[in-house]
Amino acid sequence: MTAAVAERARPIRSARIGGLSLLRLGAFGVRTRPMRSGLSALGIAIGIAAMVAVSGISESSRAGVLAELDQLGTNLLTVQPGQTFGGQAAELPVEATAMIGRNEFVRQVTATGSVDAKVYRNDHIPAYQTSGIAVVAAQPDLLSTLGAHVARGAFLNQATSQYPAVVLGWTAAQRLGIDRVGEQVWLDDQWFSVIGILAPVALTPEIDSSALIGWAVAKRLLNFDGHPSVEYIRADPNSVTTLQGLLASIANPADPEQVQVSRPSDALAARAVANNAFTSLLLGLGAVALLVGAVGVANVMIISVLERRSEVGLRRALGATRLNIGVQFLSEAVLLSAIGGVAGIGMGAVATAAYALSQEWLIVIPPLAVLLGFSGAIVIGAISGVYPALRAARLAPTEALRST
Amino acid sequence: MSEAVVVLEDVCKTYPGEPPLQVLRHVDLTIVAGEMLAIVGPSGSGKSTLLHIIGTLDRPTSGTIWIDGNDVVKLADRQLSWLRALRIGFVFQQFFLLDGLTALENVADALLYAGVPASERRRLATTALERMGLGHRLHHHPNKLSGGEQQRVAIARAVVGRPAVVLADEPTGNLDSAAGAQILGLLAELNEEGTTIAVITHDHSVASALPRQVELRDGFVVRDSTAGGAQ
Repeated sequence: MTAAVAERARPIRSARIGGLSLLRLGAFGVRTRPMRSGLSALGIAIGIAAMVAVSGISESSRAGVLAELDQLGTNLLTVQPGQTFGGQAAELPVEATAMIGRNEFVRQVTATGSVDAKVYRNDHIPAYQTSGIAVVAAQPDLLSTLGAHVARGAFLNQATSQYPAVVLGWTAAQRLGIDRVGEQVWLDDQWFSVIGILAPVALTPEIDSSALIGWAVAKRLLNFDGHPSVEYIRADPNSVTTLQGLLASIANPADPEQVQVSRPSDALAARAVANNAFTSLLLGLGAVALLVGAVGVANVMIISVLERRSEVGLRRALGATRLNIGVQFLSEAVLLSAIGGVAGIGMGAVATAAYALSQEWLIVIPPLAVLLGFSGAIVIGAISGVYPALRAARLAPTEALRST
Repeated sequence: MSEAVVVLEDVCKTYPGEPPLQVLRHVDLTIVAGEMLAIVGPSGSGKSTLLHIIGTLDRPTSGTIWIDGNDVVKLADRQLSWLRALRIGFVFQQFFLLDGLTALENVADALLYAGVPASERRRLATTALERMGLGHRLHHHPNKLSGGEQQRVAIARAVVGRPAVVLADEPTGNLDSAAGAQILGLLAELNEEGTTIAVITHDHSVASALPRQVELRDGFVVRDSTAGGAQ
């Protein structure tokens, strides 16, 4: 009889479960315990949000700096006297401005010269309270060369350069306590009229703390020797580096080694790069948050397996293989993390946008950070789901069914 | 002669320990298609273990088992799972319905592991629930149903895949006598329609209402009301 029974054996195949059904199985646990699922997904979300926000904010800040650079132009060069071989302060030749101006790559050149004088609010201020304001002789074309603007009044022109008139840099005006034109300041024992106040100049902050007077009046009243202390040059944008290499010998053909040539925009560009070190530190912190979130998901999944022993037993009785059970719990963990990942990307993007707007930067959310954030969440979900899934798969059906 | 859906020959089950626990001793049992029988015995007689072994949820220590023509001892986990998905239906004392799912989804899930497409699962589940008189309860969650209704959902789930045998473990154990009687009546109706049903119970009044009784005591089959089945 047993042989006859065996002959009737039906072929045994293996069932295939569709992807949609699989997803629904994974969603089952998430859906039926929304509070717990939400909290464990939150752990992942915070980690991903931190990482997206950090890289988004640093990218936005870089974009902000670059946009600023773009606006200011990267073709501004400065020439300053360095030191002589013996270590004394060097001087630029009086004719340096003219010589530089003859070069084909130079679009505009202007000079300032430091004047050995101090400026005070009035004649009662003690001499030592200089407020750190430099008195500088300037040419009328300084403003257009630097791309600077007056906040109040007007800049020096050919006429006002002849007379005791002064234009204050933004910081200098604040330090002197002057906020309108027409006031007088006490400059080297004589009164000078304030005819203008400059708006802050981003590329050349030294102008902000200067009191600018006419070249002619400086020579006439303040013993200015006419040697330029800074040459400001706007170069042909395509030849900036070429010109940068030539400028020392153009400005001072006799002693080119006594000349310092620099490009103020380099400092800003360096600032854009300098953020990197800080960014990686914050990214590291985000990664730690993510790790904590992953431990949270694993924890929740283990508790879930313990609580759902009878579900495991039932599903085994309904015909689920060990693999089916494992995959169900694994996909649940992945789903939890994916939800956390998406929420985290959203939170990170909002944080980036809010911060970038408050700083008036462009909003940049790096696609790579979004991609890495999401795939990272999936991988983390898979890793933290492996152990709980194995535990669920290994439950003996009889044992699982007994536990009620 | 009817086809034998379950054949146990000389089945023993011993749980390791000090001393080893012999739960089933040399059990021979044949269940033929269309039959309805009670496996009856006091607690500790081994009837739950016997149900688990017939249901392929547990393996015997020795002996051979054919379920629907398959030599179960030789099958791997995947194949046993497939056999359970297609050929065996379970009804439990605790119902084991999933609270997160509606009645319909609970029943439809029984076809999930048999690879039945989703729309077909819903259609068959609806039919099975209507057969159990629960057509108006399709979208209710189990915690909104009475005990008797829950067990009817569980029966629908057990029969939705047209299994070769339905194993009911104390199906009336958690129900009052009226609901219990209704459940037994439904099982009897299903049997009349051709379903093979084994009811495991400690209750002799439940057992005596069924056409055949197999009585277990201390792991032995001590009585089988069908002469052909006993040795």
